[in-house]
Amino acid sequence: MTTDRREWPVYEVFVRPRNGLAHRHVGSLHAPDPEMALEWARDLYARRGEGTSIWVVPASAVTASRPEDREAFFAPFEDKVFRHPSHYHIPPDVENM
Amino acid sequence: MYTQGLDGQIGPVREAETAEEKAREAAFQAKIDAEIRIEPSDWMPEGYRRTLIRQISQHAHSEIVGMLPEGNWVTRAPTLRRKAILLAKIQDEAGHGLYLYSACETLGPTRAELVEQLLAGRAKYSSIFNYPTLTWADIGAIGWLVDGAAIMNQVPLQRCSYGPYARAMVRICKEESFHQRQGYEIMMALANGTAEQRRMAQDALDRWWWPALMMFGPPDKDSVHSAQSMKWKIKRVSNDELRQRFVDVTVPQAERLGLTIPDPHLRWNSERGHYDFGEIDWEEFHRVIAGNGPCNRERLEQRRRAHAEGAWVREAAAAYAEKRARRRAA
Repeated sequence: MTTDRREWPVYEVFVRPRNGLAHRHVGSLHAPDPEMALEWARDLYARRGEGTSIWVVPASAVTASRPEDREAFFAPFEDKVFRHPSHYHIPPDVENM
Repeated sequence: MYTQGLDGQIGPVREAETAEEKAREAAFQAKIDAEIRIEPSDWMPEGYRRTLIRQISQHAHSEIVGMLPEGNWVTRAPTLRRKAILLAKIQDEAGHGLYLYSACETLGPTRAELVEQLLAGRAKYSSIFNYPTLTWADIGAIGWLVDGAAIMNQVPLQRCSYGPYARAMVRICKEESFHQRQGYEIMMALANGTAEQRRMAQDALDRWWWPALMMFGPPDKDSVHSAQSMKWKIKRVSNDELRQRFVDVTVPQAERLGLTIPDPHLRWNSERGHYDFGEIDWEEFHRVIAGNGPCNRERLEQRRRAHAEGAWVREAAAAYAEKRARRRAA
């Protein structure tokens, strides 16, 4: 295996700002392995105490829905308005609902 | 540190011809008009993609080259506190470069290609970084004026139509505020110091004022590609308008320091509600952009040297990764 920098994979970086909140995608970086990706993610995305926990994930490990499939992929939910509470008409004098 | 509207020349772009192609472009523009952000895997016109690649890469290169004039003063900062601040600021600039390279890569180019373009001298970067930092006061003037101009430029870019670029700008703007304030604090210390320190501060303002105004790029009447960028909402505010805003906020800051802006034509125009200011030397601007500023060659040589001398670090990191991978496999 050659050690050319060109081959360093991309890692997606997720940071948990503080306990109680979910990890959130903040950006990406190139690194030769996951451990270095983690240290570099700290230097790059958490220089000012932005996080209490970091995940790095190889970008190649992400499976994503495709924009061109959006309509077909998400369509099944559009005609099911009864899944939303606002679908139901309750008289205004009924309280605590 | 910012984009200068150098992003005009993207070469010939094939126009939409078939009805299908035209409909696709119209749908794209409708999304832009509805303020829907464009994300990497969405379809986009070739001209939009190429304009962004050019602008974001120039912006990234500017951040990277922007470390050099400041690095010149790390070992000579007057106190340990100033040195720590300067190092933190330079580290931020490196980070900004990396956020922007990542945003640019979502449009197609690889990191290696982008770095190669800069090192080969084929890429442009902001003209401001081709001026020398002669005294410590220049570090103050850069923070105050250059980062101030950068903020003015970058705040509207947080609403750029391309998602990854806009998100990078949000991070960058948040960090840039410290840069400007530490610079102004350096200027305050000098302006309230000895006669010699005040002279240093004034001299730095004299040399950086006009190059800072040039950071906003050519005047609107000469920015032929601005209209398309505005229509695509890559750009939100024109060069001249940003420049005017910068002058309006900076003049009172200079007065507060007791320093004089080196422009005999500068005066408040109560009718316009803005400061009038003198003509910018556009010949100088074009000279610096074309590669003939005071420090163009030095900057590029320094960047190439840093890249070559850092090769062992990259090799060591890769070798270390390989060793760890082998151990995991064993």
